Amino acid sequence: MSSPSDASRTPRPAGVIHDIGYRPYAGPRVDGRAVAWSLFATGLRNCYGLGRSGRSKVLPMILLALMLLPALILVGVLVQAKELLGLDEHIVPYSVYPITTQLLISVFVAAQAPALISRDLRFGTITLYLARPGSRTTYVLVRMASLTVATFVLIGSPLLLLYVGGLLADLPPGRETGRFLAALFGAMLLAACLAGLSAIISAVTTRRGLAVAAVIVVLVVSYTVVATVQGIDFETGDDGVGDVAGLFSPYTLVHGVQVFLFDSPTGTPTPPSGAVMSVLYPAATAIMIVGSVGAMLWRYRKVTA
Amino acid sequence: MLVIETAALSKRYPRVTALDELDMNVGEGVTGLVGANGAGKSTLIKILLGLVPSTSGAAHVLGFDVATEGALIRSRVGYMPEHDCLPADASASDLVVHLGQMSGLPYPAARERASDVLRHVGLAEERYRPIGGYSTGMKQRVKLAQALVHDPRLVLLDEPTNGLDPSSRDDMLSLVRRIGTEFGIAVLVTSHLLGELERISDHVVVVEAGRLLRSSATTDFTHATGLLLVEVQGRADAGRLLGQALVDAGLRARPVGGMVEVEVRDEATYDVVRDLTAELGLGLVRMQERHHRIEDVFREGGAGSVQPV
Repeated sequence: MSSPSDASRTPRPAGVIHDIGYRPYAGPRVDGRAVAWSLFATGLRNCYGLGRSGRSKVLPMILLALMLLPALILVGVLVQAKELLGLDEHIVPYSVYPITTQLLISVFVAAQAPALISRDLRFGTITLYLARPGSRTTYVLVRMASLTVATFVLIGSPLLLLYVGGLLADLPPGRETGRFLAALFGAMLLAACLAGLSAIISAVTTRRGLAVAAVIVVLVVSYTVVATVQGIDFETGDDGVGDVAGLFSPYTLVHGVQVFLFDSPTGTPTPPSGAVMSVLYPAATAIMIVGSVGAMLWRYRKVTA
Repeated sequence: MLVIETAALSKRYPRVTALDELDMNVGEGVTGLVGANGAGKSTLIKILLGLVPSTSGAAHVLGFDVATEGALIRSRVGYMPEHDCLPADASASDLVVHLGQMSGLPYPAARERASDVLRHVGLAEERYRPIGGYSTGMKQRVKLAQALVHDPRLVLLDEPTNGLDPSSRDDMLSLVRRIGTEFGIAVLVTSHLLGELERISDHVVVVEAGRLLRSSATTDFTHATGLLLVEVQGRADAGRLLGQALVDAGLRARPVGGMVEVEVRDEATYDVVRDLTAELGLGLVRMQERHHRIEDVFREGGAGSVQPV
C-alpha cells in the first residue's frame, strides 16, 4: 500500500484477506417507530440485567424477589387463616404496599437509572445514537419510557400477586378488581415520578457512582423526612403540616392522589384532606412528571454530538 | 457521482469561525480531508451528518440536504467519531448488533451484519468480552465496525488512526483503503498526518482555518517534479564533488542531505550524470525521479502548522 493511487485504484480481487469478501446488505430496513421500539425493549431488558453481564442481573432480580416475597407471605396468611382471623380484605392494601416497600423500589431506580441514562453520557455513546436516524427527543423519551416501565413492573408485580391471591381467598371480585386497577394506576404514576426524578439526576451527574448515591439520597431522605414530619404532626394534633409535607416525596404524593381519586385505604399517619389538597396533590404529580421530561429534553439539547 | 457537495458553507460560533465559505466536492473512492487540529474538520463532519446547523451556505450528502433531511442522511451514512464513545460494560458483539438495529436493521439482519463487519475489521473471539478490557487498536476497530454495520453508502471517519501504534496504524489504513475499494463504500477520512492520507486516498482535500486550501487527486500532489535525485559514494565529500562538477557542466544542481538533486533538462542529462560520476571515480548508487509528497504543498503554501509525518 505504500505506492499511492495507481496500484490501489484497481480493485483487488475480493477474498484476499478473508475467506469471503464484503457482502452488501440488500434486505429490508425498518422505520423509525420500529427502531424506537427496539431501543425501548433493549432498555427495558437492560434494567433487569438481561442482555448485560451476569453480575448486573443480580441486584434487580434480588430486588424483584424481595418485592414479591412479602406479597407471597401475605397471600399465604390470607388464604390459610382467613376464617381464623376473620379477614375480609387484604392485610396490607394495594395502595399501601408501595409505601411499605419504598426502600426496595428506591434502590432499584437508584441502581438502574444511572445504568441506563448516565452510561451513554459518561462513555460518549450518545454520539453513536445521535449519528443514527432517530432524533434526540425520541432517544430521551424512549429511555425514560424504558425506565418507567421497568419500575412499573417492579411495583406492579407484587400487586398482581396480591390480587390473584385475594381472588383465590374468595375476597369479593368486584371490589378487589376496582382496588387493584386503581392501585395499578397509582403504580404507573409512581413509576413515572420515580423514573423522571432519577433520570434527571442521572443525566446531570453523569458519573454512575455519584448518580446512584444522589438518587438514593433524594428518594430515601425525602421519604424519611416526610414520614417524620407526618408522624410528629399526627402526634401534635394534625394541623395540616403533614398534608403539605406529603407533597415532597413521590411515595406519599402518589399515595395521596390515590386517596383522593379512588378513596383508597390510607397508609400514612396524616392522609391529605380538604379541597386545596385534592387539587395540589394531582397538580404536583403532573408537574413532577411533565417537569422531569421537560428537564431531560432541555438537558439533552445541550449534549453535543 | 458526487457524494458530498458544499457551497459557501459557513459555521460561525460566537468567538470562532469554524468554516468559512467552504466549497468542496467529494466523489466516490477514498477522500482524505487534511487540516491542522482546529481547522474545522470535525465541525464539517457534524454539519454533514445534520447534527449541527450551518450558519450559512448549503451542503448536500448523497443528494440530501443536510439542513432538512438529516435523518435520511444518517440512515445511509456511517460515522466513526474521533473520541472515545464505547461503553466499557458491553461486548463489541452486543454493541454492534444493537447499533445496527438503531440504524434500521431488523434483529436477525443486524446480528448477521455485525458478525460480518466485526470479522472484516479483524475482531475475533474477543468480540464477546466487555469493551472495557480492549486495547486502543481494538476499540478503534469496534468504532469502525459500528460505522459499517448498516452497509452505508458513505462513511465519515474522523481521525481513525488517532492514538494507534505504528503497526495498528498500518492495519487501520489498509482497512480504510479496502472499504473504499473492495467494499465499494465512499470514504471521507480526516487526519492531521499527511503521509497517511497520501497512501490511501484517491483524492485529497486540504482545509485550513475553515477554508479550502486545495482539492485535487492524490496523483496531482505527488506528480513527478522534473528533478533527479543522485546518490554517489566513494569519498567522504562525494556528493559535493559531483554537485560541483554538474554545475560546472552547466546543469542546475544542489546538495540534498548527502545526495545531489539535479534538474533534468533532457534525456542527455542522465548521461552527463553517469559520465561525470565515472570521471570523478565515484560509485553511482542510485538515480531516482523525485516525486512530490503532499507535505511539500504545505511547505510551499506556508501552512506550517500542519504536522507532517
